[in-house]
Amino acid sequence: MIITVASGKGGTGKTTVAVNMALSIGHVNLLDCDVEEPNVHTLLKAGVVRTKEVLLPTPVVDQEACTLCGKCGEFCEFNAIFVGKKKVVVYPEICHSCGGCKLVCPERAIEEVGRVIGKIHQTDVQSIHLVYGELKIGEPLATPIIKAVKKALSPEGINILDAPPGTACPVIETMEESDFLVLVTEPTPFGLHDLAMAVDVVKQLGIPHGVIVNRAGIGDSSVQEYCNENEIPILMEIPFDREIAELYSRGIPFVERMPEWRTQFLGLFESIKGLMNDGN
Amino acid sequence: MATEIAIISGKGGTGKTTFSAAFAALAETIVIADCDVDAPDMHILLQPDVKQTLEFQSSKVATIDKDLCTECGICSENCRFGAAHAPEINAIACEGCGVCAYLCPEKAITMKDRVSGILHSSETRFGPMSHAKLLPGEGNSGKLVTDVRRQAQEVAKERGIDRILIDGSPGIGCPVIATVTGISLGVIVTEPTMSGIHDMNRVAELLGRFRVPAAVIVNKYDLNLENTEKIRKYCDENGLLLLGNVPFDSSMTKSMVAAKTYPEYAPNHEITDLMRIMWSRIGDIL
Repeated sequence: MIITVASGKGGTGKTTVAVNMALSIGHVNLLDCDVEEPNVHTLLKAGVVRTKEVLLPTPVVDQEACTLCGKCGEFCEFNAIFVGKKKVVVYPEICHSCGGCKLVCPERAIEEVGRVIGKIHQTDVQSIHLVYGELKIGEPLATPIIKAVKKALSPEGINILDAPPGTACPVIETMEESDFLVLVTEPTPFGLHDLAMAVDVVKQLGIPHGVIVNRAGIGDSSVQEYCNENEIPILMEIPFDREIAELYSRGIPFVERMPEWRTQFLGLFESIKGLMNDGN
Repeated sequence: MATEIAIISGKGGTGKTTFSAAFAALAETIVIADCDVDAPDMHILLQPDVKQTLEFQSSKVATIDKDLCTECGICSENCRFGAAHAPEINAIACEGCGVCAYLCPEKAITMKDRVSGILHSSETRFGPMSHAKLLPGEGNSGKLVTDVRRQAQEVAKERGIDRILIDGSPGIGCPVIATVTGISLGVIVTEPTMSGIHDMNRVAELLGRFRVPAAVIVNKYDLNLENTEKIRKYCDENGLLLLGNVPFDSSMTKSMVAAKTYPEYAPNHEITDLMRIMWSRIGDIL
């Protein structure tokens, strides 16, 4: 089972929901797919961390074998390989690693060599198996790291995924294959605008979903009205509470200090399972 | 070229757009650029009057002619993005590289232009605005960000405006790199939380890598004074200018609900005074 926690807008509480839900359920795989700014590990005090590099095959040109015919540069849709008058220059950061240049080279002068674009960390915290990716600073492509994180999905177990903000390609990469999407928002015009955007995507993907309103009470009721009109279930409301905000600032998941919330998150898990079965 | 200042954060939801819109309201003459093309929110506060809209085409997508396809499987084997499942293409996963079309023995695959977003040129009560919207699931956000910045520069040149204020996106990936390359100042809005600090460090390092001077605003500083002190130290040690600490105040959310910039909503509030001081310090740096 894969439950993905997403939102359109950043900073609405995705990580808070993912971590508190994981701690309440227990014995889950928690995958932090926000590889640009992973935060789950700042809330869970990780034990021994095992780290692996993520490599992306990138072309290397044998300049001696190369005849400067220009076929690779012409083929590359990403302008990552440039054929000059004297040599071929590769711009590894913008290479999407499609392998096309190597395929079209008539001289077989192109080889692909793995280039480090980030890391994957794995650790165990209480009964949670935590996996998080980390995009190397200066590298633009998050998607290959997300793919690497998702290799740790356990088909038999419960997987909770923390998605990056927005609705662009890294978010879709995270959401695909999910059984249920939890969309976390806040009751403000920005929250509503970005929630509506996320809902459009989720509908396209055809994945059952529900909404959690975080910091309930700080803004207006437009998110609730939107959910009612669009028949999207509101799974939970987390009130704005200075204690929750302060615990978060110190890196403490609030279920650890406010145990009554464990019951709420277990209830949330039951509602999700119910909605998943309705969808089938 | 007009000078560009970008408001970024690493972590989402720290207040980038609130501060960007406030500075737009306080600035005398400025061009506004919303480079959060994935989840743009600036228009909610600035209500731009859209003058021109262009389609943004930067990539291609594969399509298979089912009549010609023999389902030999060569495309699926060679697609590195898991997009080709002959006779179907998953358009969301397709990155438009063209490998499948090149290899198809039946020439059943063609690459077509895809519209990945729209680019707007608008007017607001604070000056001209360049903004865009990436369509859901699209890549190439970096190229669209570059187009938003290019359009802002063109407008600035036409009108003789020497400063551009950019609202950036969260993260450190493709759109953020496209936002900060070559700008004059990156203003990082952070919050005194463990994740806020973690993400600020990463985005500050990114700015360093691109040799962009950095300044920091601590939003909701009174939520955790110990962490606020850590941020001050970090700024000292790493040569980042601390522009100011802004307290948590419910009027910030209320201004957003009223769809107003903060200085318009609360012109006499101490936070507006703070914002004015920070904006003038930004002017001093440039």
